[in-house]
Amino acid sequence: MNSVASFTVPTVNHAPINVEGLTEKIAVRDLDFFYGEHRALKSINVSLYQGKVTAFIGPSGCGKSTLLRVLNRMYDLYPNQRAAGSVTLDNEDILAPSQDLNLLRAKVGMVFQKPTPFPMTIYENIAFGIRLYEKLSKSELDDRVKSALERAALWNEVKDKLNANGQSLSGGQQQRLCIARTVAVRPEVILFDEPCSALDPISTAKIEELIDELKDDYTIAIVTHNMQQAARVSDFTAFMYLGEMVEFGDTTRIFTNPVDRRTQDYITGRFG
Amino acid sequence: MTMSDHITKAFDSDLQQLTRMVAEMGGLAEKQVADGVSALVKRDTALAQRITEADASIDALQHAIEEKAVLTIARRQPMAVDLREVVGALRVANDLERIGDLAKNIAKRVIALNTEFPPQKLIRGVEHMTDLLLEQLKTVLDAYVRRDLGKALSVWRGDEEIDAVCTSVFRELITYMMEDPRNITFCIHLMFCAKNIERMGDHATNIAETVHYIIEGRPITDKRPKGDTTTIPAFRAAGE
Repeated sequence: MNSVASFTVPTVNHAPINVEGLTEKIAVRDLDFFYGEHRALKSINVSLYQGKVTAFIGPSGCGKSTLLRVLNRMYDLYPNQRAAGSVTLDNEDILAPSQDLNLLRAKVGMVFQKPTPFPMTIYENIAFGIRLYEKLSKSELDDRVKSALERAALWNEVKDKLNANGQSLSGGQQQRLCIARTVAVRPEVILFDEPCSALDPISTAKIEELIDELKDDYTIAIVTHNMQQAARVSDFTAFMYLGEMVEFGDTTRIFTNPVDRRTQDYITGRFG
Repeated sequence: MTMSDHITKAFDSDLQQLTRMVAEMGGLAEKQVADGVSALVKRDTALAQRITEADASIDALQHAIEEKAVLTIARRQPMAVDLREVVGALRVANDLERIGDLAKNIAKRVIALNTEFPPQKLIRGVEHMTDLLLEQLKTVLDAYVRRDLGKALSVWRGDEEIDAVCTSVFRELITYMMEDPRNITFCIHLMFCAKNIERMGDHATNIAETVHYIIEGRPITDKRPKGDTTTIPAFRAAGE
């Protein structure tokens, strides 16, 4: 293994990645996760880097969505689910009982598989979240809603119907509305859990373009079943299998020359 | 390297078919080279004519391989080793097409020489080069079909010998030309034939590099030993 200082192996024991100049935003160390007695994550080690997109791939049930749900403690909403190990956001332990969950979820936003607009106007869908965290004047709020919609590449399509119901939009627009809602509260990390699986190719392309634009300002993690999508949008890729982190590395290397046989079998469609 | 099958069986057969087509193209190219030099040795212009016509079938196979590869990429979006296999097939086909062209060029020279054939002793060197080349070509095609890294590397290193023989053939031909200017025409043709074979050797090494890439996923980084000194000033001075 390469011992040069700038080359480290932050996660699994595979080909080293060059982390020179990168800032570790989220560090997951020896993370175990339990659904009751079932151990769904086994000693996971992975890092998310500032301004980079990290894709999580793996067959259904491998734990990638579970891992994402740990990163903003979504699991706290459910009984009998617990995490052990350490997850830090800017060196602060987010698993600590003292962690303010509302603040954490404002910092770590999440976009889900199915678009989930609230049954309210397009404007309110975005203003709602902002009001939870900040007191703004009407004009300031208008500006924030506008800039969030612009950020999500939706403004031009909805600027004339901000009072229409959010659920009246198309699937792709609804998903971008959800991204706008996430961006509006100015998070630092955005988690995408299969954001395009319910969308047509054009809407998918728009979301991918958006991820590319957003990544300069945020740290992004994306769970996807679409291998080509992972290859297109991410800088780093993590392959998980049966609750374990099998391989983590540069996306270009993972998809052209993976180290682990299981990664190769999965991405080339030889699993099963 | 043993690989398990794809979940989609048709993907396996697509890749196998690509390899088969490349192997078939390799067989045709080998035959063209052997026939080309045989036409030169036997002064057989009829055979040379047939070789120039047969080149079209190599070109046609190359097009078929390209089409098949493009279709496989579009249809299956191959990743990792599969992607390397498809890209590898394209690259090997390209090298084989060039080898075919060079063989055709030798045949054309046989036709151009027509009655003015060189004494047999002048052709010995070219014949020897051809034997070495055909061995290299056979080994590298075998390495491609079997995904045999060891064989690929032996071809990659073995090109040096062809280069060295090429250099000595050049020296020899220059001597003949200096002895008697009437030898110049066919000696020049022979020089081109030798150079063609030397180029074919380079294509065989390219194929060896592609086989390495398919298996290992990275290019060969070592420096290849070189035996061709015909472009080195010291050699030119000696020839002048």
